[in-house]
Amino acid sequence: MKLLVCVSKAPDTTSRISFTDEGRSFDESGVQFIINPYDEWYALVRAIELVEANGGSVTTITVGDASCDPIIRKALAIGATDAVRVDTTPKDSTQVARLIADYSKNEGFDIILCGKETIDHNSSAVPAMIAECLDLPYVALATSLEVSGSESTIVTEVSGGTNNVTVSGAFVLSAAKGMSEQRIPNMRGIMSARTKPLKVVEATDVTQTTEVTEFKLPPAKGDCVLVDADNAEELVRLLREEAKII
Amino acid sequence: MSVLVYIPTHEGRATKVGLEVASYAATISSDNKVVALVSGDLTEDGGIGSTGVSRVLHFEANISDNSQISKLVSAAAKAEGAQTIVLSGNNEGKAIAPRVAISLNAGYVPGVTSTTGGKSFTRNVFSGKATAIVNVQADISVVTITPNSFGIKVQGDSSAIIESFSTEVGDERVTLNSFTPTSTDGSVPLPEAVRVVSAGRGLKGPENWGIVEDLAKALGATTACSRPVGDMGWRPHHEHVGQTGITIRPDLYIACGISGAIQHLAGVNQSKVIVVINTDPDAPFFKAADYGIVGDVFEVLPKLTEAIKAL
Ligand SMILES: Cc1cc2nc3c(=O)[nH]c(=O)nc-3n(C[C@H](O)[C@H](O)[C@H](O)COP(=O)(O)OP(=O)(O)OC[C@H]3O[C@@H](n4cnc5c(N)ncnc54)[C@H](O)[C@@H]3O)c2cc1C
Ligand SMILES: Nc1ncnc2c1ncn2[C@@H]1O[C@H](COP(=O)(O)O)[C@@H](O)[C@H]1O
Repeated sequence: MKLLVCVSKAPDTTSRISFTDEGRSFDESGVQFIINPYDEWYALVRAIELVEANGGSVTTITVGDASCDPIIRKALAIGATDAVRVDTTPKDSTQVARLIADYSKNEGFDIILCGKETIDHNSSAVPAMIAECLDLPYVALATSLEVSGSESTIVTEVSGGTNNVTVSGAFVLSAAKGMSEQRIPNMRGIMSARTKPLKVVEATDVTQTTEVTEFKLPPAKGDCVLVDADNAEELVRLLREEAKII
Repeated sequence: MSVLVYIPTHEGRATKVGLEVASYAATISSDNKVVALVSGDLTEDGGIGSTGVSRVLHFEANISDNSQISKLVSAAAKAEGAQTIVLSGNNEGKAIAPRVAISLNAGYVPGVTSTTGGKSFTRNVFSGKATAIVNVQADISVVTITPNSFGIKVQGDSSAIIESFSTEVGDERVTLNSFTPTSTDGSVPLPEAVRVVSAGRGLKGPENWGIVEDLAKALGATTACSRPVGDMGWRPHHEHVGQTGITIRPDLYIACGISGAIQHLAGVNQSKVIVVINTDPDAPFFKAADYGIVGDVFEVLPKLTEAIKAL
């Protein structure tokens, strides 16, 4: 099987978030970058497991500039076969999706796996958009994926429960918690990652359709009102009369 | 401005998130040019007219594949010349809306929490640690709204006119084998819940969740948990909230025995009111809280439940 995993660069989950350029850009100084957790823990690891069991290859694709190379090498160290980087600084999800679709349309991938969302943009948009560009079925929020021949059986999170679904042929999937367990790259993986192919390709001509005009930090919370542990009635009164929430 | 909304239904009635989408659309369209689109069973107007929406396009077949629904929404948007298309940001909406945006060459803004006017929308980014104002540069905007951000606004008891709508939506390519509901107790699914009672490692073990469930029941709330609690199997995975779990935005979030790690806060800090119960006065969660009790959950929760029942 021939699998494609979309891997993006994200700020570490403990990063302090701040902005420069009058609130127009994310301040990257001092920020540690990681592979977006959903892409790494769930999409990538599951793809590697499937190829280990059935044979084939796992290619990763990243839309981004050279600053993404360290996280791409990490994906190779975890076990991807090879990697592609579309060399541009993407402006929005439409651009990312169209570029990935343009690259993959003639490559014959059996499954395109994404994470459920990036932890900086939180859009959950790219996988569905890739599916639309390539006219493929899309299965969102997959928590398990089993492949047998050309048939894939997937468990997905839907409103109020989970669906068990089957797709035949190629499709796009977004991976959520449950798909697989995190893998720490071992020494052999790290060594071999240095020589695995990382192909840099030029971006096709795709324009953005949205623009972020300003980022803002949420207003600071006022002080927490403390209520005595013996006085649950007082808390209930505050919730009712002051917060007007119950 | 002409607005098209796609409204999910259940047993012929608009769902809660569906009514919220309709209410939102009615507020952004000053000249009230809102058209609702429904697929599958519909009883009368499904309750949609009560939000001020006066026309409903009805596609009779029951479809659930996002590629089919996306074709339907795109066709209706073209037929109506809609400039803004609104869907709920629930799991289904998040899978359909980006496809619609690609097919209409539109700009896509997911998870809108407030509208600045025209083609400018506010949404949460960095897992709730910041907000962004996004401008759509294309002619058409496709947006989803985060459930429970705008609420349902009932305008009266008028009913909408139903017009039948048909188009070619292609074949179903994702086949449903079975559906397993998560909440068998009939409580509201977590992403849509207005009140949430959540608990962490401070509860010591799964056998102690009775006091959490009792409080949730008294409040009509849904239960949630921190990630380690899900990982250790004390509670089902789908209850895990936070950066790697579900992001929620209830009116009331009560955190019991949860320390308030940054990854946990990322999923809950958009809640309107946060109450924290923790034995440690230095727990970071108190900094994000509106109300707090420094105390032992095993003593505080039963008292709180009684006080609520006494209302
Ligand atoms: C990449 C990454 C992603 C993560 N994503 C998430 C996520 O999505 N969601 C999430 O929740 N976590 C996430 N985490 C984990 C997070 O960092 C914390 O470890 C976790 O939230 C802690 O859970 P907790 O508060 O239940 O446990 P603890 O941190 O152990 O806190 C327990 C709290 O209970 C209090 N307590 C103890 N006994 C009592 C009592 N009797 N009465 C009252 N209070 C009591 C203690 O004072 C303490 O504050 C993530 C971590 C990483 C590295
Ligand atoms: N720049 C990118 N390069 C490669 N894949 C990406 C990129 N941005 C997003 N993705 C993929 O799309 C998923 C959803 O991202 P988003 O729509 O931004 O929330 C991510 O989890 C990745 O798998």
